[in-house]
Amino acid sequence: MPRPWIMGTEMDYTPQEIMVAAAAREIRDGEIVFTGMRLPLIAFALAKQMHAPGAIGLFEAGLVRDTPAPELLYTMGDPPNIAGALWATRMVNMMGLLQRGAVDLGFIGGAELDRFGNLNTSYLGNPKSPKTKLPGSGGAADIASLSRRFVVIMAHDKRRLVERVDYITSPGFGDGQGWRERVGLRYGGPSAIITTRCVLGFEPSWGEAVLRSYHPGQSVASVRAETGWDLRIAKDVHETGSPTPEELTIIRRYDPQGFWTR
Amino acid sequence: MSKIMTMCDAVARFVPQGSSVVMGAALESLIPFAAGHEIIRRQVRDLTLIGPISDMLFDQLIGAGCVRKVIAAWVGNVSAGLGHNYRRACEQGIPHRLDVIDHSNFTISLALLAGGLGAPFIPTHSLLGTDIPGTNPALRQSLSPFGGEKIVLVPALQPDVAILHVQRSDENGNAHAWGNLGVSEEAALASERIIIVAEEVVPHHIIVSDPNRVIAPSFKVCAVVREPGGAHPSPVQGHYNRDHEYYHDYHRATRTVEGNVEWMNRWVADTKDRAGYLQKLGKERWQSLQLKEHRYAAPVDYGY
Repeated sequence: MPRPWIMGTEMDYTPQEIMVAAAAREIRDGEIVFTGMRLPLIAFALAKQMHAPGAIGLFEAGLVRDTPAPELLYTMGDPPNIAGALWATRMVNMMGLLQRGAVDLGFIGGAELDRFGNLNTSYLGNPKSPKTKLPGSGGAADIASLSRRFVVIMAHDKRRLVERVDYITSPGFGDGQGWRERVGLRYGGPSAIITTRCVLGFEPSWGEAVLRSYHPGQSVASVRAETGWDLRIAKDVHETGSPTPEELTIIRRYDPQGFWTR
Repeated sequence: MSKIMTMCDAVARFVPQGSSVVMGAALESLIPFAAGHEIIRRQVRDLTLIGPISDMLFDQLIGAGCVRKVIAAWVGNVSAGLGHNYRRACEQGIPHRLDVIDHSNFTISLALLAGGLGAPFIPTHSLLGTDIPGTNPALRQSLSPFGGEKIVLVPALQPDVAILHVQRSDENGNAHAWGNLGVSEEAALASERIIIVAEEVVPHHIIVSDPNRVIAPSFKVCAVVREPGGAHPSPVQGHYNRDHEYYHDYHRATRTVEGNVEWMNRWVADTKDRAGYLQKLGKERWQSLQLKEHRYAAPVDYGY
């Protein structure tokens, strides 16, 4: 599906490519990462080859890898992801590692997100007679509940970034400060929301999203205009760093047809 | 005693109207599409479908009117996102209303694990603060009797039948599966009985040469169906790759009710069996999904 290209000064790239680059930068070397689907699969491959060679990828279907799959993955269960894996096993073992506190970072996608980083991928409207039935949690609710921190990757528009989600599938900071502790979640919460327009961060003490950086071509005003609540701005707000030529080379080597990134 | 039978007989005997059925237990791979299509052809009604994510198989069964209730973490189409039939059923009651019992991947795993252990429930720290217990009244929030912390109790599920697609089985249902297993083992142990659908039927000695690779105890297996290509469009490690385009084609074709009927007629109703389906798919497309190279595991020594 062709998407508009961002015109950079040195190199042109797509919104998906800057999202992958931003997502990769969230992965620290040596971390155990719940890798998720689509763009995070490429972000993991990118991080491994750039700054986080020691990162380990976990896939909820029951796979552990210390190398990116040799080919582009469309789903985590694709045969190239199994060949050369460190471990092929049962889902409860992956989820057990998560609940045991072993997972530093998890990636999830979102259909609807609110100012406290709660995600809805289940029902738009009343669950009893939904306006739109979305596919549901998959592993997202578990990752949001049990990883040490999580990062959301999603498209950015006013219908998706809303004041309050209709249904909490994956818990962020609930209604703000102290909520996770109150409901019994022992740690964790969102650390970044990477959208097609910007990167949101969180002030964990009060649990609300703040604009950390806007992508090239966007501005504080354009991001706020497409956000469904009065978005706070970080003091040091800045432009998101463009993907470097090296990053773009790796992304395009991994996704040569641009299946996920164009 | 051989348990080999045709898909037609296996479904007729062991998936009656009103059954609760686990399919897609390995997640995106090893999905028993051939079994699902036979269920649709036989117009089995009032099924309860149980699974973590089902990829588009649950969407097809829902669109065909076979399903009363879904107990799952995710229903859609992994390649394309939403499942049109699932949406139509939930939003408009087409072809009829569904009961949706929401889970996460972890809680559906725990429900089946508990079912297999014969335990009433398993506690978890997951889903606290979410709205999922609100649309799955079986999940109950409680306090740990030991530390007093908040927990969610996940009650056991014991489905009537688990349908598992595997790489190979002997004629008694001693079956090998490899790759990511998802909840295959939990589903097999939790269910009353197991239908094994195998790419290959092999002699018993091949299976017992590697007992660690066996997916479930064969005494629970009620039927073994030899069905090469039976998981298409999902992948089977060591046999064929995932047919990504097929998922997108289905997504486009089923956007409308009429389109769905047309798709169902072409690929299911007007197709006698899996061999006929693969013929429709065409040699060239099937060839394009075959292995580019073999990657055999090193043999292990069970000597003593």
